[in-house]
Formats: sequence, structure tokens, C-alpha cells
Amino acid sequence: MGVIQVQEPGLFTTVQDLGREGFGPQGVSASGAADAVSLRLGNRLVGNAEGAAGLEMTLLGGTFVFSDGAIVALTGADFGATVDGAQAALWTSMVVKPGQTLRLGPTRSGARCYLCVRGGIEVKPFLGSASTHILSGLGGHEGRSLRKGDMLKIGPANGAVPKRRLSANALKHVLPRKVLRVTPGSQSDWFPEAAQRMFYESRYRVAEESNRMGIRLEGGAVPEVAGGKMISEGVSLGAIQVPDGGQPIILFVEQQTTGGYPKIANVVSADFHCLGQLRPRDEIRFERVDWAAARSLLREQEKFLASEDLILG
Amino acid sequence: MDTSASEGARFQPASDQSLLITFGTEISLTAHQQVMKLLRLLQSEPVASVRNLHPAYCSLLVKFDGLRISHDEVEAILREYLARLEEVKLPEPRLVEIPVCYGGEYGPDLPDVCALHGISSAQAIELHSSATYLVYFLGFVPGFAYMGGLLEALVTPRLATPRRKVPAGSVGIAGNQTGVYPFATPGGWRVIGRTPVAMFRADREELSLLSIGDRVRFTPISAERFAALEKEWA
Repeated sequence: MGVIQVQEPGLFTTVQDLGREGFGPQGVSASGAADAVSLRLGNRLVGNAEGAAGLEMTLLGGTFVFSDGAIVALTGADFGATVDGAQAALWTSMVVKPGQTLRLGPTRSGARCYLCVRGGIEVKPFLGSASTHILSGLGGHEGRSLRKGDMLKIGPANGAVPKRRLSANALKHVLPRKVLRVTPGSQSDWFPEAAQRMFYESRYRVAEESNRMGIRLEGGAVPEVAGGKMISEGVSLGAIQVPDGGQPIILFVEQQTTGGYPKIANVVSADFHCLGQLRPRDEIRFERVDWAAARSLLREQEKFLASEDLILG
Repeated sequence: MDTSASEGARFQPASDQSLLITFGTEISLTAHQQVMKLLRLLQSEPVASVRNLHPAYCSLLVKFDGLRISHDEVEAILREYLARLEEVKLPEPRLVEIPVCYGGEYGPDLPDVCALHGISSAQAIELHSSATYLVYFLGFVPGFAYMGGLLEALVTPRLATPRRKVPAGSVGIAGNQTGVYPFATPGGWRVIGRTPVAMFRADREELSLLSIGDRVRFTPISAERFAALEKEWA
């Protein structure tokens, strides 16, 4: 068991695992990694259980000193990582020797880069999960994003792991899509034809003020609905709500559990990981699929993630 | 969407891994009790592959593992649960008292609320603290209770522009609802006071002070009492 010394935290770095389900009745949303596919793969590369806690870095990475060394993997977006100045590749396990420094910079591709460590990041779980819930200041490392000088404990792990990397074929699969597939939302039929056309034919830009709670979009304003009186109801991950003004908001991992705006669509589960890689000013659009298609996309993704030839020794 | 005041439950997929059950299209005690009973039954006899439940005024969102179960299968199971709602006994509701320091720096919107209704702040405080409220559900953020029962004379629309940050403990009103912000969050409810009570604590067995179905009364306290309680409970 070792420690990670946070020399620079980066822009917004939090401890995340796959989140905590089951506490909706208390108003607690699941939270968890914004790009769960990258976290899961990173954990597999270092020989952890898929749901072990890692660090989620946002747009600008941090600098970490491993006083006792560690086996690590970086996944997700390319933040130009180096270990003691030497370039460090994504999607592969690597040995960081005692005293070495892992330094990450600004993103060159998506929004989030994951640092997974053999043994996982050890924090006191809150409601069964290591995931940081920023808004309520709970979970993760002291319920907040990392600061300079923080010391993180690495969990115990048995035995060494052979060097592992992701197959080239698998890499194609994890590339985040910019055309997000959606199913109808709870109030889809409140939106008339013109509103639907606006929504499905527009390109939307990701707004600066997007975060883990919600991804705010700017683009073709969806006309106001005349469908009915909205009563606050439970909302799903990836729900696309249309507030007054017509600029859609995608509810994300640290979402509110209930909401009072009509929902025109819902991003399919198989594309959630793509949401985690959206940067401010990225352009996206939406493509409608039916329930059967959404289900099979999810099945395919899980099949892909479970496949034997995904990770090469 | 079915807008008739139809009896019974309506099922609708909300996403590829969730199903929304709606009891009518109006906020009512009957719908609230149905939500509570179904929630209670699902909590005491959990359905495999159901991962989360999000209750609201007259609906329950059921999140499930789409790899193991389909919308149709979840609906079929829930219909069996619904058929047994009659047998669910709800516990006697708890009455929870929440001390509130009204107005001043803690209740920046109290003057506007008074002006809108043409009443004094003493009258507004009396109106807010004389009613007994019902916790319809917890939502939005951890421990945020949506309470109904605001007296007609205090019914006030939300702020045109939500605040970027409402301090934790702020007591707000919006429409015919009242609620307490457990954490410093953005919010558009009109803030009329603040409580020193922690609405949600990770180190407490009951994380949330309030639960669905609770009855709540607010007790006015002075700024001195607020400071003393805040110190005592820190």
C-alpha cells in the first residue's frame, strides 16, 4: 500500500467509482465516473475490479508523486501525460517507480482523463461508494475536488500484474461519438412536429457552464410546449429537459433526482460515456432510435467490454 | 400524454433503463399515498434488477438494469405489486419541528413576499409557522423535502431569475410548496428564513432529517437562538 501525493490538482479532479444506486428516495443521485467505460477499462488494465475508485481529471490534469511507486493506467482523453518527463501512453498499464512524478497537462482530445491505480484509491465509502458528490460535499476525498498537498491512499492488491494494453480494435469502440443516440423522453409527445424537427435537426454547442450535474446546450431553441401542466417527477440519467427559452439540458451523473421541466428525449445508456468526454464548445446533435435499438446497443457495449481479446497481455 | 383524470396507474418508459409510473395528473393525497405504498412495498420486497427508485408528487421512477430485465417485465412485476397496495400499512406519520429564524439576512425575500401579499412580516411569519406541512417526497438534492400545505395567503411564484447560490438551511417558498435547502445550491425559491438544523448529515444514521410522508411544523426563533443552536449542533 502506498500513497499518491497531489503536487498539482489540475482543474477539477475527483475520486470516482461507478457510483451509488439505490438512494433516490433520499434525493441522492448515483454520481460516479462521467465516462464509466474509460474507468472500467482503466481498472482492468491494472488488474482491479472494474468498479475500483480512480481519479477523474477534467480538461486539465494534475501532477502526482508516487513515493512508493505503483502500477497505473491512464484512459479516456489524452492529457499529454509524462512520467519524469518521458511520454506516457494511454490505454496501457505502466509501472511508476518510487519517487517518480506523473504529470498531466491540458486536454488534447476529450474532457476527462482517468488515472487508475493497482489497488484503487482508498477513501471512506459514503453509502457504499467512493464517488465524490460535489454539490453535497459527500463521498470521495473529503467530499471535494483534490487540492495541492492532498495525500491519497492506494488500496491493497495481491501480487503483480503483467503489462496489459487495450487492443487497437477496442480503441475504435471507445472513441466518443458526437452524434448522440436518444430514445423518447417522458413528455416527448408534448412537443409538436416543429419542435421535434428543431431538436433533431439542430447542432448544439456544449455551454461553458456544463458540469457533472448537467450539460447545457446552445443552439436551435425548441419551441415552448403547450402539452400540459408539468408536475415534478423522477428523472433518468441522460434525460434531456427543455426549460423556458428552449435551450436543452442533458442531466448528467450528479443529476438532480427529480425535475420539473418537460423532457423531449433521453440519451441511450450505451452513449453515456460519450457525454463524459464532451468539452465546452463541442458540437453535437441527436439521432432518434427505438427502444429495441437502444437495448441492443447496450447489450453490444457490454459484450464488447466483457470480451476476452479486448485487453492484450 | 393522457391528460384525463384517469384512475389507476399509467406506465411509460422514461429511458432505456427506467420506467415511470404515474398516479393521475394532479397533486393529491390519494396519489401521494399510492406512491408511498408502492415505494414501501418495493423497499420491503425488492425486485431483482431494479436499481433505484425516485418518488415524486404523483409518480415513481423505477430504474433498472436493462441487461437483465425489460420495460415489459418490470411493468408486469409492478402490476402485481400495485394489486397489493391495499394491504400496505403506512406508519403513523412523524411530526418534525424545524426552528427557523425568519427575515433579515437569513430571509432576504421576506420583504418582497410581504409586499406581494400586502401583509406585515409578523403576519407572514405567523402564516408560515402556523401550518402543518406534508413531505410529499425528497428530491432535487440529498435531503431536499418537497412540502405541501402552504396557506393560500402565502402562495408566491418563484424568483424570475434563480440565485446562483442559496445558503444551506435556507427556508424557501415556491408556488404552494415550502422547503429547506440542505446544501448551498443554486435555487429559485423565495427565501424567507433559515434553520440551524442540518437537513442531511452523512454521519447520522438517518441521513436525512425528513422522510417521505412526514408532517412538519416550523417554529420561529430569534437570531440569538439561531446562533446558540448552530453552535450547539456544530
